[in-house]
Amino acid sequence: MNEPVLDVRNLRVAFRARRSSVTALRDVSFTLHPGRTLALVGESGSGKSVSSLAIMGLLPPNGAVTGGAIHYRAVDGSVSDLTKASKSEMRARRGAEIAMIFQEPMSSLNPLFTIGDQIGEMLLLHTDLDARQRRQRVLEMLELVEIPAAASRIDNYPHELSGGMRQRVMIALAMVCNPALLIADEPTTALDVTIQAQILDLMRRLQKELGMSILFITHDMGVVAEMADDVAVMYAGAIVEQAGASELFARPSHPYTRGLLHSIPMPGRPEGERLVPIPGTVPPLHAMPEGCAFAPRCGLADEACREPVSLSDFAPNHRVACFHAGREVTHV
Amino acid sequence: MARYILKRILGMFIVIFLVLTIAFLIVRLAPGDPAALMLGPEATPEETAALRTELGLDRPIVVQYFTFVVNAAQGDLGTSLFFRQPVTQVLAARAEPTIFLALFSLVFALVIATPIGIYAAYRRGSFLDQSAISTAMLAASIPSFWTGLMFQRYLATDLGLFPASGYGGPDASFIERMGYLILPSIVLGIVNSALILRFTRASMLDILGEDYIRTARSKGMGEPRVVLRHALKNAAIPIITVIGLTFALLVSGAVVTERVFNIPGMGNLVVSAVLRRDYPVIQGALIVVASLYVLINLVTDLLYLTVDKRVRY
Ligand SMILES: Nc1ncnc2c1ncn2[C@@H]1O[C@H](COP(=O)(O)OP(=O)(O)O)[C@@H](O)[C@H]1O
Ligand code: SF4
Ligand SMILES: [Mg+2]
Repeated sequence: MNEPVLDVRNLRVAFRARRSSVTALRDVSFTLHPGRTLALVGESGSGKSVSSLAIMGLLPPNGAVTGGAIHYRAVDGSVSDLTKASKSEMRARRGAEIAMIFQEPMSSLNPLFTIGDQIGEMLLLHTDLDARQRRQRVLEMLELVEIPAAASRIDNYPHELSGGMRQRVMIALAMVCNPALLIADEPTTALDVTIQAQILDLMRRLQKELGMSILFITHDMGVVAEMADDVAVMYAGAIVEQAGASELFARPSHPYTRGLLHSIPMPGRPEGERLVPIPGTVPPLHAMPEGCAFAPRCGLADEACREPVSLSDFAPNHRVACFHAGREVTHV
Repeated sequence: MARYILKRILGMFIVIFLVLTIAFLIVRLAPGDPAALMLGPEATPEETAALRTELGLDRPIVVQYFTFVVNAAQGDLGTSLFFRQPVTQVLAARAEPTIFLALFSLVFALVIATPIGIYAAYRRGSFLDQSAISTAMLAASIPSFWTGLMFQRYLATDLGLFPASGYGGPDASFIERMGYLILPSIVLGIVNSALILRFTRASMLDILGEDYIRTARSKGMGEPRVVLRHALKNAAIPIITVIGLTFALLVSGAVVTERVFNIPGMGNLVVSAVLRRDYPVIQGALIVVASLYVLINLVTDLLYLTVDKRVRY
C-alpha cells in the first residue's frame, strides 16, 4: 500500500478549564491512505470532533495539542507534521488541500451571504480566478453536487435552502478547490434518513470522480458499513481498534467495538436479534481510570486491565488496544 | 418589501398622531386654568381672558383639538408666549447646534466604541478587554455635567484648546460655530461610547461562537477577514439597534450638555420654556423630538432589511 496521506501518532489534546486542565485526546493514532475512506467511529464525547479540529489546526482557544504528531503528506509528496506547522502554512492548506464539512448544515453557512458568494470565497482565497471564472466554477460545483436549478440557486441565501441542500452546498464548498483530504464530521447526523442516503451516495460518487481521501466521522455503525474502507474505533479520547472495514466487521476484537456492533441494527444481521446496549457510560474526562478506560464497562476486565494499554498488532493491518483482544465474553 | 415600508410609514403617522394628542392633553389636563398658569400669579383677570381667547381655550374642547391637529399637520405649532413668534420658527432657530451636537457625539462614539468593542470581544478576557469594560462602566456612571465641567475647566479654560462655552457671536462663521461644539460633543459622546462599546462587544462575542465562523476559518482565511467580513456583518444588527436607542440618551444628554456649555440649542430652549411656562414651545419640542425618534426607529428598521435578507416583512 502506498504512503498514508495522514498518519496521526499518539496525539494528545488538552483543554484548559477553570484552574485545571482536562485531557480530551489521550492517545489517538490512525492512518489514512490516499483515495480511501477512514471512518472514525465512537460514542458522542469520545473526541472525534476534537481530533478533526486538531488536524485542521482549529482547536478552540482553550485547547492545545500537548503531544504526538500529525504527519500529513502533501500532493507534492513532502511530509510535514501539522502540529508544528506555522499559522500561515496551516491557513494556506486549509480549504485548499484539507477541507472540512461540519455536522450542522443549518448553522454552518453564514446567513448573510449568498451560497455562491460563500463557495466563491474559497476560490478567491486560494486561486487567481477572476470573478466571472469563479462564478462559473461555483456553478459547476453546484451542478456536481446535484443542486437542482443551480443557476438560480447560486444567488440564494442559506435560509432559502433545506437542510439537505445546505449540506450539498457545504460539500460543494469543501470540494471546490479540489482538496486531497476531506474531513467530514458527522455530515449526515442532522439529516433525515432518505436525505442521509442521498448525501452518502453523493460523497461516494465524488470520491470516485475526484479521488480525494476522506476522514469520515460518525457514531453510526450503519453509516460506517456503507462508507468506510477502513475503520478506527475511538473510546474516551483514544483509538481502541483500527482495521479494514470487512476485517473489523468480521472479527471485531475490542470489547467496545463488539459492544458497538451489538447495540445497533446491522444490515445482514438476522431480523429480530436482540440489540444489547453497552452498560454504563463513558467516564468523565477528569476521572479517567488509570488503566484501560473501558474497564468499568467491560465484561472481560480483570487485574491486568489496571495497567495502561496501547494499540498493538492483532492481525495484519488490524490493531487493537486490549489485553484480552479477541477473547469472547463467557458471562454477561 | 414596498408594502412593508408603506405599513411602517403608516404606523409612524399613527404614533405621531398619538404624540400630538398627548401634547394637546398635557396643556388641557394641567390642573387649573391653563391661561392663568401660563401667565403666572401677577396676571390680571383681563389678561388671562385675553390669552384664553388667543389660545382658543374658550371654545369647545373638540373644536380645540380639531384645530390643533389641523394646524400641526400644516406645520403650525402655535405661537410662543415669550418670543411672540411661531413655535416652528423658534425651534428652527435653535435646531442647528443641537442637530450637530447629536451628530458629532454619535460619530465620536462610533469611532471610539465600535473598534474597541470588536477587538475586546475578539481578545475576550485579555487585559485590553478588561480595561475596556471597566473604563466603559466608569464612563457610563460619571454624570455628563461633571465631565462637562471638568473638560471645560481644564481643556478649555486652563489649556485653551477649545472655546469654553457659547456658540460664537451673531457673525460667527459655520466653522467657528462648529468649533464650539467639539468639547460638548466629546462629553456627550463619552456616555454613548460606553453603551455602544458594551453592545458591540456582547454581540460580537455571540457571533464569534457561531458555527459559520468556524466554517470561515476552515476555508483558510486570515483572522481579520473572519472578524470583519463574516462576524461583523452579523453583529451589525444589534449594534444598529443600540445606535437607534442612544438617540433617547442624546436628547436628555443634549439638555444637560447645552446647559453646561451655554449653547443656544433646543435643549436649552426647552429648559427655559419650562421655567417660563411657555407651553406652546414645550408642546412643539415634544412633538418634534418624538417625531424624530419615530423616524430614526423607522430608519434603523429599514437598515436591517438591507443587512439581513431573512427579516420577514
Ligand atoms: N472547548 C472545549 N473545552 C473543554 N472541553 C472540550 C472542548 N471541546 C470539547 N471538549 C471535550 O472534549 C471531549 C470530546 O469532545 P468531541 O470531540 O466534541 O466529541 P465527539 O466524539 O462527540 O465529537 C468531550 O468530553 C468534550 O467535553
Ligand atoms: S483491556 Fe481489559 S478492560 Fe480494557 S477492553 Fe480489554 S479486556 Fe476490557
Ligand atoms: Mg462531534
